[in-house]
Amino acid sequence: MSYLLNYKPYGECAILIEWPSRINESIFIDIMAFKSEIESQSNGNIKTVVSAYNSLLIIYRISENLDYNKEIELLKSCYSKKQVLDFKQRRIWQIPVCYELSFGIDLEFLSQIKKISTDEIIKRHCKPNYLIYFKGFLPGFMYLGGLDPVLFQARKSKPRLKIEKGAVAIGAEQTGIYPIESPGGWTIIGNSPINFFDINKEKPCFAKNGDYLQFYSINKKQHQDIKTLVAAGVYELKYKEI
Amino acid sequence: MVSVLKAGFYTSVQDLGRHGYQDQGVPVSGVMDSYSAKLANALLNNKETDAVLELTMTGPKLQFHCNTIIAITGANLSPVLNDNKPLKLNAVIVIKKNDVLSFNSPEYGFRSYLAVKEGFQTESVFGSRSMYNIMTSTIKVNIGDRLEIKENTFHNEIRKSALVKTNTTHFSSSSLDVLEGPEYDLLSEDLKHIIKKKKFVIGKENNRMAYQLYDEQLKNNIKPIITSIVLPGTVQLTPAGQLIILMRDCQTTGGYPRILQLKEKAISQMAQKYNGDRILFNL
Repeated sequence: MSYLLNYKPYGECAILIEWPSRINESIFIDIMAFKSEIESQSNGNIKTVVSAYNSLLIIYRISENLDYNKEIELLKSCYSKKQVLDFKQRRIWQIPVCYELSFGIDLEFLSQIKKISTDEIIKRHCKPNYLIYFKGFLPGFMYLGGLDPVLFQARKSKPRLKIEKGAVAIGAEQTGIYPIESPGGWTIIGNSPINFFDINKEKPCFAKNGDYLQFYSINKKQHQDIKTLVAAGVYELKYKEI
Repeated sequence: MVSVLKAGFYTSVQDLGRHGYQDQGVPVSGVMDSYSAKLANALLNNKETDAVLELTMTGPKLQFHCNTIIAITGANLSPVLNDNKPLKLNAVIVIKKNDVLSFNSPEYGFRSYLAVKEGFQTESVFGSRSMYNIMTSTIKVNIGDRLEIKENTFHNEIRKSALVKTNTTHFSSSSLDVLEGPEYDLLSEDLKHIIKKKKFVIGKENNRMAYQLYDEQLKNNIKPIITSIVLPGTVQLTPAGQLIILMRDCQTTGGYPRILQLKEKAISQMAQKYNGDRILFNL
């Protein structure tokens, strides 16, 4: 499948490619296939390729006078040659989350607004396999798709100045995990004790775009135990192969 | 080795940044004014990518524990050697063991760069020594820190004449060269006109992540975009009329319309602006 793409210069050394303004899995797969083709064709003049929901940014090594027309033609021909992606290696990562109220500081608030019990919220949050579309915002932050529409919740108008590392949250139609302490306006429903970004590893985040996350509920004691193992570098995260 | 006797307002180790990790959510970081920082390294015959100290508004007080040569560029924060000898900017300066470098009042500009021969040797993470939250163990230089440098004795190499004249418009000009951003065409003709003609005043909210400017006339009903990629130098416009000029430590993604993109040179110029300065976008 091919889309009608929009190619735009972005600054002095990058080209932005845009897909239709929608978030869906077939656009995601098309972006991944194109990205992989660009990376395999690159002759070294491309510094990095970054993806988002419906866009791809190609950053060139050159710092000025990039020949946009020539590069856009090359990219278009690359798009026409893209291969079907081999998705054999996709994993569903099993992410432990403690939803107890000391971590899930907005759970009761959400329960009142949605008129469903906190148990029902947890059940609905743990059910889907969430697709990792891309990473951004903070080191190790994953943009996930697949949240149950019942749990959609607008961002707070006044963001909190400090949200704890590992906070599991809902922002509009998305759910996500704050990989480091940060300010933020999302509704906090729990906390995961694992590391989403480890600077000591060559691949700092265990999951890659196209993998899935699934949450499961743990109690406070288990949260503490896992945290201890993670700090010691011996915790092994479980996953299922698709 | 250099010991930090006073830290100054905001002093950090920076190089040309951490490239190629944006897809992991890692900001590029690096020197805010790359034009001035590159000049400091060039004066010492360093590599362009060697790490320098970025000094903000008020400089630190540093003691050198070995011989070396240094160069100071960018803003003029009135550097002084051993409390009595004023130092020239944009020149090669010989430093002897135990010399103390300090700074007095800021004369012009906002960010100054201190390069040492062969660069600061602080920790390198993902190919860069630029200090940033969770990448490096500290986000800025603190009192009592000891920064590793290499001992150098360069009696023969010093070119006394090595003093360069910099373009003063780098600090004084309010005009910033910009290109249309990906969402420029979402702006109404009225908004385009205001953005091209108006001199905007820089507010207090600015740091290594972004400069934020507010203007009543820029209130708008433009819808947010689906979260996409942003770059240092991207100018975002919020519905409330806020212009967010992203700088080197900016997030990798954003949802506000990206209306303009500063050219690389303009990012460096922007880095020298502070509260109350005026800027004009030259599209």
